[in-house]
Amino acid sequence: MTTHTAAQAPAIEVTDLRKSFEDNHVLQGIELTVPAGTVYALLGPNGAGKTTAVRILTTLISGDAGTATVLGHDVSTEPDAIRLRIGVTGQFSAIDELLTGRENLQLMADLNHLPRRQGRARAQELLERFDLVDAADRGAATYSGGMKRRLDLAMTLVSSPRLIFLDEPSTGLDPRSRRELWQIIRELINEGVTIFLTTQYLEEADELAHKVGVLDRGTLVAEGTPAELKRRVPGGRVDVTYVDPVALSTAAGAIAGATADLESLTLSVPHDGTLGALQELVGRLDSEAVASLEVHTPDLDDVFLALTGHRPQPAEERPENTTEAPMTEEVAR
Amino acid sequence: MSAVTATTAPVNSGPNAVLDSWTMLRRNLLQMVRYKSLTLMLIAQPLIFLLLFVYVFGGTMGAGLPGGDGRSDYMAFIMPAIVVMTVVSVSLSTAYTIALDMEKGIVDRFRTMAIAKSAVLTGRVLGAIVFTVLAFVVVIAVAVVLGYRSDGTVLGWLGVIGLVLLMTLALTWATVALGLSAPNAETASNTPMPLMFLPFLSSGFVPTDSMPAGLRWFAEYQPFTPMIDTLRAWMSGAGAGSDAWLAIGWCGLIGIGCFLWARSLYTKVRAH
Repeated sequence: MTTHTAAQAPAIEVTDLRKSFEDNHVLQGIELTVPAGTVYALLGPNGAGKTTAVRILTTLISGDAGTATVLGHDVSTEPDAIRLRIGVTGQFSAIDELLTGRENLQLMADLNHLPRRQGRARAQELLERFDLVDAADRGAATYSGGMKRRLDLAMTLVSSPRLIFLDEPSTGLDPRSRRELWQIIRELINEGVTIFLTTQYLEEADELAHKVGVLDRGTLVAEGTPAELKRRVPGGRVDVTYVDPVALSTAAGAIAGATADLESLTLSVPHDGTLGALQELVGRLDSEAVASLEVHTPDLDDVFLALTGHRPQPAEERPENTTEAPMTEEVAR
Repeated sequence: MSAVTATTAPVNSGPNAVLDSWTMLRRNLLQMVRYKSLTLMLIAQPLIFLLLFVYVFGGTMGAGLPGGDGRSDYMAFIMPAIVVMTVVSVSLSTAYTIALDMEKGIVDRFRTMAIAKSAVLTGRVLGAIVFTVLAFVVVIAVAVVLGYRSDGTVLGWLGVIGLVLLMTLALTWATVALGLSAPNAETASNTPMPLMFLPFLSSGFVPTDSMPAGLRWFAEYQPFTPMIDTLRAWMSGAGAGSDAWLAIGWCGLIGIGCFLWARSLYTKVRAH
């Protein structure tokens, strides 16, 4: 059945997809294509419509207009054909906290109608793979956030889907768990799994995706490889805080392209992210006059400012997401 | 190292209502075993009422029954109501667990899988039936230990079990629907509470003709009264007459109505 041409067909194809909840136009005609075996990241702030797009593509809700095809099947007419072939890890952990990790995986195996022995082997294999063997027979309620997310993803993989949806996979995770998750996702990518993920973090899209779509208020405002997008975004900067205004204005005159903010005694110097440029800058600073120094890499705010001319406007409805500080690297490489 | 994705695709031919409901039932039974405090509390609830009414109120109440003579007569009188409260008690937990499932992401996960749409709810209802039968056996056993003796025939008791199952179906579909319509699990554990209170306003604990006019009218016509009267007749070896049909009719009406309500609530996916 899987002919050569079918293998070349895009995993996801979306044309003029629209969705409104009463007066709230969440998706206003988005178009995108995800080739099989690639990773597509939908980047945007809370309330941009990312989750709605995922919910439509994973057959949870239907769009108002436009078409969406997943693995060659129309989402509105053949939802079960799609459900058989995809894996979905949503934003909130979709695990049964009363059961153990192993029982959760076994539940997925049973719901996928895997033969008993095969299901048990698959559960064990995933427990080992996701470093959950020690906690396998403990109630999932006792798991840490990172462990829950790993179990969640393991449950999604029980059926060996070739296309996986990850809705904000690293939201709420500490940096270490986030890196571990990225490593797992990279392994999936290496095995040829197609991944559609949503994220609020430019860095995450940069780390994982072949192609990034920037979603703003229900519209795709930009699309391209992470490198292409970053070229369109003014690079990072180094913020140097001075001890007094005199030192600040002296430095401002000496360093080309720098902008001084007298109120915060901060000098902003454009920075391309390389260590060499940083060394050169540091060499020119007067250690007596500088109070502190901070390297700032472009984040979602910068992308939005560059692409849309405004800052992302977070929706108020999900406070747990807003507690997360934007990722800033301490030293750019 | 083994690959995360198996090379052979799993053989899944799509939704299978029987297989998927069976899997969901096993999940619910496992939850029952894990969530021991809730399980024990639900079985203890009707037992506490039994002890309270028999040992605290029983002496006086029994003397007040027409032709009654103390505690043991009162116990025989209220046993049908205790059975009904057992059914209600278990069904209340269904509202809570269903709402908990909806609140967490797991129902969304089920919805993105090729499993029978009905399986999530059917599994809950089947779980409630198993749970009710278990609680029913415990309650009757404790009552027997406390001195309860039935004059019911084997056929009468089969009828009792049949009606208990029917009531479980009706009340569980009702609490499933209430659980689905609740915005969160806390609300879901509160909204069906009146169900626990209703058996008191019936023929369950005192004869309805001892009540003031308005209340008596309500008690005589509310669905729990024919159910309790039928159980009482069968448990004491008498015939239930038209009450049995009324009880079955109420169960059918509540069950089918709430099943349709629950189904429409479940298919309607929440926006967020």
